[in-house]
Formats: sequence, structure tokens, C-alpha cells
Amino acid sequence: MGQQVSVNPFVLDIDGDEPCLVGGRCVDCGNVTFPRYAGCPKCAGSNIEPIELGREGTLWAWTVQGFPPKSPPYLGANDAKDFHPFGVGYVELPEVIVEARLTESEPGKLKEGMAMKLTMESLFKDEEGNDVVTYAFAPAE
Amino acid sequence: MQSDVAIVGIGMHPFGRHEGVTGMEQGAHAVREACKDAGISWQDLQFAVGGSAAAGNPDTMVSMLGLTGLQFVNVNNGCATGGTALSTAYNTIKAGMADLGIAIGFDKHPRGAFASDRPVHPVDGGRDWYGGSGMAINPQFFAIKINRYMGKHGISHQTLARVAAKATRNGSMNPMAWRKQPFSEDEILQSQMLAYPLTQYMFCSPGEGGVALVLSRSDQAHKYTNTPIYLNAAVMRSRRFGSFEVKASWLPKDDEVGPTADASRAAFELAGIGPEDVDVAQLQDTESGAEIMHMAENGFCEDGEQEFMLERGETEINGRLPINTDGGCIANGEPIGASGLRQVYENVLQLRGGAGPRQVPNDPKVAYTHVYGAPGISGVTILSK
Ligand SMILES: [Zn+2]
Repeated sequence: MGQQVSVNPFVLDIDGDEPCLVGGRCVDCGNVTFPRYAGCPKCAGSNIEPIELGREGTLWAWTVQGFPPKSPPYLGANDAKDFHPFGVGYVELPEVIVEARLTESEPGKLKEGMAMKLTMESLFKDEEGNDVVTYAFAPAE
Repeated sequence: MQSDVAIVGIGMHPFGRHEGVTGMEQGAHAVREACKDAGISWQDLQFAVGGSAAAGNPDTMVSMLGLTGLQFVNVNNGCATGGTALSTAYNTIKAGMADLGIAIGFDKHPRGAFASDRPVHPVDGGRDWYGGSGMAINPQFFAIKINRYMGKHGISHQTLARVAAKATRNGSMNPMAWRKQPFSEDEILQSQMLAYPLTQYMFCSPGEGGVALVLSRSDQAHKYTNTPIYLNAAVMRSRRFGSFEVKASWLPKDDEVGPTADASRAAFELAGIGPEDVDVAQLQDTESGAEIMHMAENGFCEDGEQEFMLERGETEINGRLPINTDGGCIANGEPIGASGLRQVYENVLQLRGGAGPRQVPNDPKVAYTHVYGAPGISGVTILSK
């Protein structure tokens, strides 16, 4: 029996009680990026430390992906017959605004400023039967 | 307006899909047409600058055109490739390195949205989490940006449709355009929703085509043409910290201007004029929302004014500020290396008074082009006669 594994622990840590996104924080100027880069795009410094990002935020902007993404790079199912549109948006967290999938894909149910919280969505089953998950945001209410 | 460099010949290979014709052959065709237009032969050219994103190294084209030993520089600068070919040629002449040269742009892309098979962001040795999770898709960015803009500045879905309807109408009067069938606003709104609020007919598609422009010192332009068109500015800028761009997995909370506003300001400063002096403009319309936002970013209106400008037809060919008179990317498709030069080709035609049924009335004197693309670059030119 497989288990849940992160699409990439570099950005999504699922080992704790709750999943969390991992970004980078510039020690020199405090700027936060997602993911972590080797250098700071704001001050050009190179002293960057990993940082756990907050799990709750508000929807900053959004769309709905209406056609199947190409593979590669997409890891999920993209057969035109079974494809379901999914939301994509930017969520304003306490530290930084991040782009993510949204669990809601109904335009009438998405609104800028609405409260969102971090969750996970399955992408595919790997060769060992593990459920490979990525990060997504869901409406908080 | 004063300028040291003039465009004295233009050539184009029709845009669209051309089975069995390589991108480079389309570029070479455009070169021959441009030389014919300037009344010169390939042997007369002292240098060439060529750009292509996906159709091969431009300098290998000399084997089709003639091995004359000329200086041939290849440029590859994302969506600003054509504009960079032009500005490099402009600077070569302006610096006194040569008197006569050519800027070339061509491309040929596979069908479907542009996608990258290399990770856009660091993966630390693991899976491509960004593209793998269903992001890294260009239409998403344009849709998210216009969706937010519409809410903030009161732009309607109908206005998105008006832009695409205008593009297909103008394209139907352009023999070089890919899509020559005009679509109604209803047909556009009812086509498949690709990325809310943008539908299929609001988007351009990756395509094929080639454009070439012969440039000379202004004081020698009369040798080649009776209607030299002067290049007053050719500027490109990359993004600054805080601008919202294609394939951004994160954004800072600081608000900052994008590369279009920077490039536009620099170009107007170089030319010594302002947006109010422009008689015809070609603006990057990757999809209808982009044209709307680029109207404001290039200084042609305030945010939100586009709604009534489109409603009143102010950007139609006979309007106050005609925009994308050749049908833009929406009707011509987007061969990356050729797109920026297509806009300049159209503006030269308009300033010469040679645009036929889509000619802008009242003898336009100043023309403007703007390209925008990944990863947050923008190129602007200003032409005059
Ligand atoms: Zn920093």
C-alpha cells in the first residue's frame, strides 16, 4: 500500500502535522520568495535561509485552466476526455503572494479577497503506488 | 522628426501555417522582398541582424541568399527578438559602423500553447513541481492579469470581445494575415473558455512567418526610396523587482511598474514626443486583455478608459487612435522572431500611405510599436516620416 508523497519536498513539506510551503528569506533585506533562490532578486544578496510560509491567506487574483496542460511538464492526468478544469490563482500569505492551484473551479464561487487555506491535491500515482500530491488552496469557509 | 537611421525597404512572407516551408525559407523570402522594395541586391548589404526563437540560426541563411562575406549577427531575445534585431541594426548604423544593413525576423512553432519542457523555477534535484502541478502555462498569466484588471478598472467581457472582433476585421483586409475571417463579438464570447475570462477566439496562436527591413543612413535614404521612414526610437527593457510577469510562482507585495511602461517612457523621451503625437499604434495583443492593458501601460489612456474608447470605436482604423491595423497577433499569429518586425512593417506601410483598404486616413505621420513577452521584457519603436 503506497503513501502520500510530496511532488517536491523543496517547496512542499508534508512530514509535519499539517502541510506547509517552504520559501526563502533574504537575511540581508528580509524579502521572501517562493521557492527559495540562491540569490535575492530584491537586494542581490546571497544570504538566503529557508522559511515556512503561513497556511492561510486571501485570494489576490485567479483564473480557471480550461484546457488540459501539456505533458511534459504536467504530471497530472491530461486526457482531453477526462480532463476537468481547475482553478489557478495567487494567494496573498502573510509573507508573500504565491501562485497555486485552487480546489474551486467555478468562476461564480471565486472572488478576490476571499479567505483561503492551504491543502493538498493528488497529481498521480508513482511506480511504487504512492499518491504524489501538490499544494493547492481551498476556500476557508 | 530628426533621426540618423531610415527604413528604406520592407519585405514579408505571409503569416500562418506553411506546410513544407521552413521558417528560415520564410525569412529568406522576406529578405528578397525587402531588397526588391529598396531597389538593391543582397550583395549591396554591409551587414545583417537576424532573429529566430525556434527556426534555426539565422546566419546560416547566407547559403540561400549568397555568400558575400557580410557581417551577420544572430539575436535571440524571447518575444523581443524582432525588436532586438531592429535596435541592433539601428545602433550599428547610428554608430557609423555601416551605411546599409538589414534586420530579419522569422519563426515556425508547433501548434498549441507555448510550453516549456525545462523547469522554470529551481527544483533542487526533485520533480518539476511548478509545471508538473499545472502552472507554467502562458494563457493562465494573461487571464489572471486581465481578470484582476477588469475588476479593478471596470472593463467588461464585451470589451474583450470588441478587441478580438476588431482584430479579425482588420485581418480580413490584410492579404498577409493568417486569419482572414472576421468574427462577431457573440461568436468570440461563445467560443471555448480557455482561461477565464478569455475565450479561444480572444487568443493568438503560435504561428509562422518572416519579415525583413532594410535600413540605411538617413542622409543616403533618398538613393533607395522616395518615402524613407525614420526610426526615432528602438528601445527594450526587462522587468524590475515587483512587476507581475508570466510564470511567476510568487509576487512581492510591493507595487512596481512593468517593463512596458519603462520601455515606453524611454522611447518617447528618445523621440522627444508624447503619446498624444502618435497617429497609429501596434500593441502586443497576445490576447484581447493584453491589448487593453497595454493601451494604458504605453501611456495612451488612463486605466479604465479603454471601456468607452472601445465602445466608441476610437481604436478602429478610422478612429482617434487606430490600434493593430493589420489584425495584430490575434489575426496574424505569433511567430516570436517575426512578430515585432511585423508591427514595424505595418507601420511603414501606414506611414507611406500604402496600406490599401486598411489605410489609416488623414496622412498619419507618427507610428508606434510595442511587443511584450516572457520572461518580462518589452520592446518599443517609434517611426515617423
Ligand atoms: Zn535581499
